[in-house]
Amino acid sequence: MGLSPVLWQFLVKWLHSSSLFPTEASGISPYVDALYFFLVAMTVFGTALVAALLLAFSIRYRREKSPVATHVEGSTLLEATWTIIPLAIFLVAFVWGALLYFRIYNPPANAMNIYVVGKQWMWKAEHPGGQHEINALHVPMGQPVQLTMISQDVFHSLSIPDFRIKREVIPGRYSTVWFEATQPGTYHLFCTQYCGTQHSGMVGEVTVLTPEDYEKWLQQSTSGMSLAQNGERLFSSMGCNSCHNGTAAARGPSLAGVYGSKLTLTDGSQILVDDAYLRDTILNPSKHVTAGFAPIMPTYQGQMSEDGLIDLVEFIKNMQSNYRVQQTLVTAESGEAAPTTPPPGTTETGKP
Amino acid sequence: MSAAIGNTIVSLPDQSTAQIPRHNYINNEHGLLSWLLTSDHKRIAILYLISITFFFFIGGAFAGLIRLELLTPQPDLVSSDTYNKFFTMHGIIMIFLFLVPSVPATLGNFLIPIMLGAKDLAFPKINLLSWYLYMIGGTLTLTALVLGGVDTGWTFTTPLSTHYLNTHVITAATAIFVAGFSSIFTGLNFIVTIHRMRCPGMTWFRMPLFVWAHYAASLLMVLGTPVLAIALTLVALERLFGIGVFDPTKGGDPLLFQHLFWFYSHPAVYIMILPGMGVISEVISTFSRKRIFGYTAVAFSSVAIALFGFFVWEHHMFIMGVSSYSALVFSLLTMLVAVPSAIKIFNWTFTLQKGSITFETPMLYAFGFMGLFTIGGLTGIFLGSLGMDIHLTETYFIVAHFHFVMVGGMLMAFLAGIHFWWPKMTGRMYPESLSKLAAVTTFIGFNLTFLPQFILGYLGMPRRYHAYPPEFQVLNVLSTAGATVLGFGYMLPMLYLAWSLKYGAIAGNNPWQATGLEWQIQSPPLMENFIETPVMDHEAYDYEWLANKTRNEVTTVG
Repeated sequence: MGLSPVLWQFLVKWLHSSSLFPTEASGISPYVDALYFFLVAMTVFGTALVAALLLAFSIRYRREKSPVATHVEGSTLLEATWTIIPLAIFLVAFVWGALLYFRIYNPPANAMNIYVVGKQWMWKAEHPGGQHEINALHVPMGQPVQLTMISQDVFHSLSIPDFRIKREVIPGRYSTVWFEATQPGTYHLFCTQYCGTQHSGMVGEVTVLTPEDYEKWLQQSTSGMSLAQNGERLFSSMGCNSCHNGTAAARGPSLAGVYGSKLTLTDGSQILVDDAYLRDTILNPSKHVTAGFAPIMPTYQGQMSEDGLIDLVEFIKNMQSNYRVQQTLVTAESGEAAPTTPPPGTTETGKP
Repeated sequence: MSAAIGNTIVSLPDQSTAQIPRHNYINNEHGLLSWLLTSDHKRIAILYLISITFFFFIGGAFAGLIRLELLTPQPDLVSSDTYNKFFTMHGIIMIFLFLVPSVPATLGNFLIPIMLGAKDLAFPKINLLSWYLYMIGGTLTLTALVLGGVDTGWTFTTPLSTHYLNTHVITAATAIFVAGFSSIFTGLNFIVTIHRMRCPGMTWFRMPLFVWAHYAASLLMVLGTPVLAIALTLVALERLFGIGVFDPTKGGDPLLFQHLFWFYSHPAVYIMILPGMGVISEVISTFSRKRIFGYTAVAFSSVAIALFGFFVWEHHMFIMGVSSYSALVFSLLTMLVAVPSAIKIFNWTFTLQKGSITFETPMLYAFGFMGLFTIGGLTGIFLGSLGMDIHLTETYFIVAHFHFVMVGGMLMAFLAGIHFWWPKMTGRMYPESLSKLAAVTTFIGFNLTFLPQFILGYLGMPRRYHAYPPEFQVLNVLSTAGATVLGFGYMLPMLYLAWSLKYGAIAGNNPWQATGLEWQIQSPPLMENFIETPVMDHEAYDYEWLANKTRNEVTTVG
């Protein structure tokens, strides 16, 4: 930007204190603001140019000064000028915006993952360690955080203005967004997609903690069961383990280590196993059948809440071997009932 | 009167002897039925003018209530459901019942046949049918309103509109469906008329730019509106029978609705703005006494907007998880569609150069249009730029942006046009100084209302919020204050234009000394428009031709 850092700081502080400008609280914010200032400058310049021309011509060629108009047909040179120059500026905005878009939406590899479920009219955050929050989100400072989000009902949209991020939360598919908070503090969390009566009540608070405070918070807020542990219980109570157990006679493919790999399906196509794929195959198993297996898996559509699906996905993601699955199976066959899963959602805790 | 007007080009007849022509389209027949069953394009235009004005003030009342509620951060004036109904009704009424038909159905209907030297539109009875469909659509909207309203937002987002609301969604969707056909028929009528009914000598490049703009807008109406009808039909079917097209649990795709809806609703923006651009071309030329700078560039830019306008819809969905590569393509196309608008703005500006400019009310509105539309267009670049769109979309920034285009642009153009052609439509002048006051009030009120909303948007205030964090209050109070001023700015023309129907000065044939064919006939025009079929033997905006003609007339009389 060519501005001295002192001047930049001053500008940012002044704009913030007079509340014309939101806090820059994420790693991406300065980049978004730089583009914003470029575009504001473009708008001010464009509008001022048009206004100045209108004013100058109005004074110079008003009826009193210029009683008779001179005929002018047009000018190819001028037409070319005001086609090419705006086009060039707009293309700069396009390229700059596109680079920023990829930066905002492509998470770094080391991002930690938090699940978010949107429903009329609340945000539920589920941390892998089993911390559940409603209309609140605790994140550590200086650590990339990815949110994997899904809606249980209508379209919602998660927006944290001070982080300059936003993404639609859609029913039936995961969407993701990531950020790296740079300042401890609390920030607004808004739903920005109109979602019915209490749309403006679907707001929450993002709390950014220093890594030490965050560790403390994690310790204090855990529900005792991680998402993967919940998922493991579901895996056996829904009977998933009777087929997906990695034994030689298993009727379903082994799921150990499947996350992140490339699967070959019966139609010969290859597919990358990610969160969205796992969720989709639980609900619509016949859509993607792994090569070498029969399409016998029943659908679980309508039998599991989004929270339950997240638990299962999280379990399969972290499943390195079939040892525990087979253990549970043996226990179940020997007559000892496997522990049942509490209905999801009952273990949620509010803010600490 | 003429002394008070001073340095203007208004050339009114001697007011002591002036008379409204004995035979004209207004007194040709009498009685309510002669209006309701007319097939005269001018009378249908007047029917439209009355009905859209009615709906404009209903939609405006909702805007006033919204701004009143937002005066305080707490949800204290009405309940959340009621507030949601307010902005839904405001959007539906203003877009489908005011902005889409505003210029085309009133001014376009009145002027296109006359500008082409024709007696009427190609299908006069279909034209009347359009108005009846519009009225059925309007009545259904009012029915939905009276029965308890609808709270889907004007965007009818699924699955909210299909599964989660118990309001009168189907009635409102039917209303828009029916009103859509009114728009399709108007577009069809214009296209056929422009192709087939031009008078001898009226080549495509002798047509006024107003007609070019309407031609482009008509293409959009005819090709785009059916898609809206399809989208709304699917919403109704999903709601009634649960067919599951948009329902992920039945294998449907919730994003499909967004694609279908915006495939119409983005071109709809150009349906709204293009006819307004046509008005601006006429006004700027007349009051600077010059042919429009770069006539062909302006004409083709209208067509280019219509063409590109169909390929940018996905820019409403950049944050909805569409593929990044399709987002790139749509962002690029969005940048391209902005260029023809920039071309128009600069051509209008350079029309003033070496002109002989006067500042009557239509010209003031046109200046207002140029300033506000420039801001509206350039803030569109923010939203077309992918990375910027993430932070700005679904906030007050986007609300401010489209109000700058639709209200600052289109409504200014509509008022410019109404003032400009008022003498032709009614045979009487509006009061000049009062109308200048209205133009200035509107401009100031508009900026005060919507400039703070850009800042609110960047601060992150989401749109469609009934309650908001207290730190946003100052800017919201400014906005509400501006809306009050704006409200006065819109009340004024309605009052003085009504007054002028009886008390306005007699206008004569050509008060502005303008060149269009419509100004060469009496005001108000005859039922048949022309006594004999005119022959276009000169280019559009040829002021020398007009001067010669006037000289010859004087010699013949003398």
